[in-house]
Amino acid sequence: MAHHRALRCPAFSGPESDRMDDLQSLPLEALHLELGAKMVPFAGYSMPVQYPAGVMKEHLATRASAGLFDVSHMGQVLLRGDAAAAAFETLMPVDVLGLPEGRQRYGLLTDETGGILDDLMFANRGDHLFVVVNAACKSADIAHMRAMMPAVQVEEVTDRALLALQGPAAESVLSALAPEVVQMRFMDVRTLMLAGAECWVSRSGYTGEDGFEISVAEADAEKLARALIAHPDVLPIGLGARDSLRLEAGLCLYGHDIDTTTSPVEAGLAWAIQKVRRTGGDRAGGFPGADRILKELAEGPARGRVGLRPQGRAPMREGVPLFASDGDTTQIGAITSGAFGPTVQTPVSMGYLPIDLAAPGTIISAELRGKRAPVEVTPLPFTPANFKR
Amino acid sequence: MKFTEEHEWLREEDGEIVVGITEHAAEQLGDIVFVELPEVGTEVSKDDECVVIESVKAASDILAPLDGEITEVNEMLVEDPGKINEDPMGDAWFFKIKPSEPSQMDDYMTEAEYKDMIS
Repeated sequence: MAHHRALRCPAFSGPESDRMDDLQSLPLEALHLELGAKMVPFAGYSMPVQYPAGVMKEHLATRASAGLFDVSHMGQVLLRGDAAAAAFETLMPVDVLGLPEGRQRYGLLTDETGGILDDLMFANRGDHLFVVVNAACKSADIAHMRAMMPAVQVEEVTDRALLALQGPAAESVLSALAPEVVQMRFMDVRTLMLAGAECWVSRSGYTGEDGFEISVAEADAEKLARALIAHPDVLPIGLGARDSLRLEAGLCLYGHDIDTTTSPVEAGLAWAIQKVRRTGGDRAGGFPGADRILKELAEGPARGRVGLRPQGRAPMREGVPLFASDGDTTQIGAITSGAFGPTVQTPVSMGYLPIDLAAPGTIISAELRGKRAPVEVTPLPFTPANFKR
Repeated sequence: MKFTEEHEWLREEDGEIVVGITEHAAEQLGDIVFVELPEVGTEVSKDDECVVIESVKAASDILAPLDGEITEVNEMLVEDPGKINEDPMGDAWFFKIKPSEPSQMDDYMTEAEYKDMIS
């Protein structure tokens, strides 16, 4: 390729007719098209990247009122059997047995080297665990769970959509359909009737805002989605704003900010490892990669995930190399996610740095389009979380 | 006014060519958040990358449509990149170029031809 031609970038690559053919459709595809969505391939699915409002307005509307996201591409899995919780603990450095009925928790599947196979949400729904995993990882996750937990029934849910209603108005919008949602706290789960459909509802999301995630039978999904977007406070939101919202909220995107080469401690996810699974806890260790992960918890990791704020106006995206100073030519890290943050109105990025350079306030150097530019290490998140604790 | 396959518009003005991007391009790129302009006085060859624009989605380049010298740049865009989405065909021009080979303009499309291309 002689030139990166003008205005021919991934975002401008048009209908992508050849690749779109192999993609799976979401159950709400017709509704997305009716709403004017621009569809792009993502994790094997044809997904709405934005609606006519555009990424910026969609992002700001979610922070100011509420947005509805179709995240039906994500994997929904049920774990059944008396020993499901105990078995699931052998795959994650997380307290599963201690999770009360009606509550949800963030989890991480680890490999033998202490790397992250996937990040997920799991809920105790009484006689089973309900697990939501990343779309790109779901086949591998299910195969891994079946292989590692032979006594547990691992059922993939293939007939339910997943919607996320996010933003400060989410509670008032959803309470018009089910008044009891006001009693739910962050990470509570309940089965509720919404627009005549039985829904598995959690008070959670991935935007840094209050909100709800709703699993609903595919047959009922469109009716529910229409009931929600009919509300004047709700805008449909595409993948573009989903990405900038989670980035400002300092949340990891699997395959970018975390993967099998990053450990939970390096990734700044030690908060997801409860005391009971750490050295000295009643159920310490006993998960893949425990040697490395427990050692990093005790001694600290060699590198860590940080917030990064480019000092100029140019966004710095995934892959931009990082150096200790403008004069240094030895790469010390790289940006793993980056974009313009519509709420903070500056570029924002995340990446990994050696621990001695990871303190907020440190100024490091990044190479962008052949030129060096200063970047400040900042605390995460960039925008304060707005959860209803 | 002429149009390039890369969605630039070119308008002749007192022997110079004013360059911007089309409404179609601005719409496809989405909200633009960053612009880096060339320096006035730079000699460019046709197809040199001379502007970087970043939208909420990705980075793109704008190429010099002609050989010549950059005589003026629209500094307002650096302060207010969103102007490109608001008025791409008017106030939000990027740069002016004094062509050394004015006949290169003949290679580009008319408005009708450009509209055909994007339809």
